Amino acid sequence: MRIRRFLRLLPVFPAVLLLLVFLLAPVAWSFYASFTDAALSGKAARDPQWVGADNYVRMFSDDDFPFSAWLTVVFVVASAVLGQNVLGLLIALLMTRSRKAVAAWVGTAVVAAWVLPEIVAAFAAYAYFNWDGTLNQVVGALGGEGPDWLYSFPVVAIVLANTWRGTAFSMLVYRAALADVPRDVAEAALMDGARGWQRLAFITLPLIRSSIATNLMLITLQTLAVFTLIWVMTAGGPANASTTLPVLAYQEAFKFGDIGYGTAVASVLILLGMVFGAVYVRLLREQKT
Amino acid sequence: MTTKAKLGADVALALIGVCFVAPLLWLLLASVDPQAGYQTKVPVAPSTENFRAVMTPELLFQPLANSFLLSAGTAVVNVLAAVLAAYPLSRYQSRFNKPFLYTVLFGTSLPVTAIMVPVYGLFVQLQFLDSMAATIFFMATTTLPMAIWMTKNFMDSVPRELEEAAWVDGASTLAALRSIVLPLMRQGLGVVFIFVFIQAWGNFFVPFILLLSSAKQPAAVSIFSFFGQHGAIAYGQLAAFSILYSVPVLVLYALVSRGMGNSFALSGAMKG
Repeated sequence: MRIRRFLRLLPVFPAVLLLLVFLLAPVAWSFYASFTDAALSGKAARDPQWVGADNYVRMFSDDDFPFSAWLTVVFVVASAVLGQNVLGLLIALLMTRSRKAVAAWVGTAVVAAWVLPEIVAAFAAYAYFNWDGTLNQVVGALGGEGPDWLYSFPVVAIVLANTWRGTAFSMLVYRAALADVPRDVAEAALMDGARGWQRLAFITLPLIRSSIATNLMLITLQTLAVFTLIWVMTAGGPANASTTLPVLAYQEAFKFGDIGYGTAVASVLILLGMVFGAVYVRLLREQKT
Repeated sequence: MTTKAKLGADVALALIGVCFVAPLLWLLLASVDPQAGYQTKVPVAPSTENFRAVMTPELLFQPLANSFLLSAGTAVVNVLAAVLAAYPLSRYQSRFNKPFLYTVLFGTSLPVTAIMVPVYGLFVQLQFLDSMAATIFFMATTTLPMAIWMTKNFMDSVPRELEEAAWVDGASTLAALRSIVLPLMRQGLGVVFIFVFIQAWGNFFVPFILLLSSAKQPAAVSIFSFFGQHGAIAYGQLAAFSILYSVPVLVLYALVSRGMGNSFALSGAMKG
């Protein structure tokens, strides 16, 4: 009986093996290497030494890491929680009352930015925010003189770019959620004389709250991991003005060759991901029961 | 609803739509402008010169072939491993199922960019660097948790009775899986395959870190060849290349979303 039950589970093993080798092992190695002085080249590359919590001490004593962590929070809150989430909900709400043709056209435009390969989207955003790019052409046409966005306001540029890139996901989630809101509930409120925003705040939003929670978790996790967009647009600069944690980990490990410190930064990111992941799994479990 | 409110919604939506299209307009116009810069402008002398310039084996076809190999390989590994894993999870009740599925779901939340530094370290240790096969297996693993969830959900919707009937007729479990279950969920498998393929095709960071020789690099990485040695950028060619590289995933997405409704990826992934 025991053996039979084991045999039944046998097909799961290729998947488990892949997950162990390529996901769990790197995570474990990351935590281990963050306590060493592992380097990209030289003596420390061949024979890394255990240095205890040195990397973590350094992380919190120099200015780069706290600034980068703060920047990551700003980036996630501004571009995901506010930008993508609110704009996605707004678009989905507008679509319920607009003409079908308009909704279809705008839906395609929003999704296009999301489906494009990330490097293409990043180049398009780079060109758009460039000093002599499209955005400043628009500003110029309106009679103003645009700044060099990528240099003077790098965080604004990457926040707007990531909002542009990722809003489609929230839009799709909220379109599906709003389609499930029963029509008569909204109409009954209309009969009671509820205004538009009251209907939204007291009826529609509470009805789709589980979608909102799931969406917030997922876009936070996605935005936490954004690298290519920032790396192409500003490379984390000027100086380190737009260096979020993934960019910092990359720079420390590959540009300065300090794998130990790079993995320490990566480990913090992984821990952050785990916290949000645990909340997300909990949310889904509660919804199912 | 009053016509006035409807018009207001239309106008507001159209404005948002214009903002989303604006950054893409440059891509389209620059690709047919041999003198393109960063500005969005209608070309003075539009031509297909940029496209003709990039359509060479070394600039376009080799990188696209590499992209295809990486993405198709990743998708095949995903579908195979996910079908195998999903079968017992979908068909047999076990104490092991729920914890496993939730652990896998938890795995979807790991920020992949954060593990690239340790993965590089791991690849150095195992001498996997610059190996196409190892890169495929790693990329497949990053999307595997999602693929397992989607595949299990699609498999759950195939009625057990059909399979049981086949067993009664003497078919083995494997034969029933192959001749009954998989054909019935082929649309779902197609969705998983395309979903993974699109993600792999667009992935820049993973091949950028793990593949070193230019002969193996996919289009996402080789695109940097348009940035000349001395800061000269061939904007028009960059745009033309970007479009040719993007078309396959746009077509695949359109294909899937038409068949499955717009929220294809979400239906399988989010509802659990």
